[in-house]
Amino acid sequence: MAMKFEKTGEGTYMLDVCGYVCPHPQIYCKKSLEKMAEGDVVEVILDNPSSVETITQMCDQIGHEVMDKKTEGGKIFMKIKKG
Amino acid sequence: METTVDTSQKRNQVWAFIITGILILISVLYYKANVYYMYLVAYIWFGFAYGMMLQYGRFCFASASRDLFAAGVPRMAVGILVALIFFSLIQATLASTNMSTFHPAPFGIHTLISGMIFGIGMVLAGGCASGSLYKIGEGNGTSFLAAFFGLCLGQAIFVDVKWFNFLIPQKWVDSAIAKGLSADKMTSSFDTYLAGYVWDQPTLQWSHTKTISEAFPGALKYFLGDSLLNALIPAAVLLIVIYAFYIRKGFMKKRAKAKGGATGFGDEIAGIWNMITASKRTTIMGVIIGIVAGLHIFVMKGMQIKFGVSNFGQLLTRMGHASDTSIKGTVFDPGYWYITSQEGQLGGWILDKLGWNMRDNIFFGVNNGLPDPWRNPALWMSLGIVFGAMVMARLNNEFKFKLPKGELIAWGLIGGLLMGMGSRPALGCNIGAFFIRVAGGDPSGWLYGAGMVAGAFVGVKFFNWWSERKMAKEMEAF
Repeated sequence: MAMKFEKTGEGTYMLDVCGYVCPHPQIYCKKSLEKMAEGDVVEVILDNPSSVETITQMCDQIGHEVMDKKTEGGKIFMKIKKG
Repeated sequence: METTVDTSQKRNQVWAFIITGILILISVLYYKANVYYMYLVAYIWFGFAYGMMLQYGRFCFASASRDLFAAGVPRMAVGILVALIFFSLIQATLASTNMSTFHPAPFGIHTLISGMIFGIGMVLAGGCASGSLYKIGEGNGTSFLAAFFGLCLGQAIFVDVKWFNFLIPQKWVDSAIAKGLSADKMTSSFDTYLAGYVWDQPTLQWSHTKTISEAFPGALKYFLGDSLLNALIPAAVLLIVIYAFYIRKGFMKKRAKAKGGATGFGDEIAGIWNMITASKRTTIMGVIIGIVAGLHIFVMKGMQIKFGVSNFGQLLTRMGHASDTSIKGTVFDPGYWYITSQEGQLGGWILDKLGWNMRDNIFFGVNNGLPDPWRNPALWMSLGIVFGAMVMARLNNEFKFKLPKGELIAWGLIGGLLMGMGSRPALGCNIGAFFIRVAGGDPSGWLYGAGMVAGAFVGVKFFNWWSERKMAKEMEAF
């Protein structure tokens, strides 16, 4: 098991933290956003429901936009735009 | 055509009904076996309710300080403080009607140190004692490792070994010997610590102090001493501090932009309210958990009155299971929400069956007994939490088996062991040593809480360093 943080295109990234439990997904998500430029978008893939709640509130507080959130096959996909 | 999603949802619903049905069946069988088992059944269903609420509200004490330090998110800290406020008011009501089972704990520096060890452990394990149980219900294997190897086996071994004798000063040894306990029940380092140090420490509950009980006679001393002084005021102050440090700046900036002008005191109040209601599911569950925890005390006290006992060990003896109990005829029966001691009992029972004498110590032999797991009331509460959370996770399609892999195995084991070792010296965990004590008017609860927060800070610092390394490695490619 390893986390993946990849650049998928110009200004787009993918962070895969499936298998990880708290607090890893939220820490990796925060760190990923810190590495990105304003307006960049990261798709976060995780399977730890508790982390979704924290990430959503973190984005709201800092000013990032959660553009999309969906669940498929036990995995949660969040698309976040850095504000 | 039925979709995969529909099939999965239906399967989850069926599982939720099966689990609930099995627990109902178990309850009926206990009732049929002996009406005294209703005492144990009450623990099952309160545990079940806690599990459902913890899972729905993502209610984890580890998350409270960890998310604050790691992500600047106060959701859980706010939820816990809200729960504390409601629970303390109910505790005061119960105490004033002589329906409380609460008892304060010995007060000393050991509480702070234990809290710190526990705090580091809960961050590493990814959940506190109660959080780990509800996460097992979600199918989380890392939490299972932490609970089974740390809280169960680790804790049982911790109370029965001599490995820590080098830390024990002679005056504790002398004081322990002076207590006159039988030598075959005082064999471990923890025994000497307990009898030679902890039992010599004072207990403090505001309503029982001379100043408070004289200034506020009758029921008032519980509401003003235990609830207002020990829980409501500190909780309110903490809410304001959290708001000032983590929320205020961003909220006021947004507010000023929306209003197109200066902000005032009303906006500050709106900011605090906004923080409290930011995660409705957590805050609502905080309110309900506080109320249910109070109701739990009421029901257990009612059962004790009904059966004319003060501990389930007396009922076990009446039913012919005296061998389950300690030399005092008791088993671990807190009378309210509690975690860890019962997990230690399960670990002790397993080791005992494997040939390790676990009754030659104070923890099992003198105080808590070593009942078979199916006759252990508090252990049923823990199982209830697991199954309650499992039902809720199934109903919300959030259940998923996740086997621990890679580094998570190490974090789960180390974190679980630290939680086990951090809960025993303080005689409780995030629930028993913090939540229940603070709400009951025992300031040692805050001491444990302060330790937990400090430990969590260390744990988060470590994980920040660890994840930064991994991120740097990942980013080498771009």
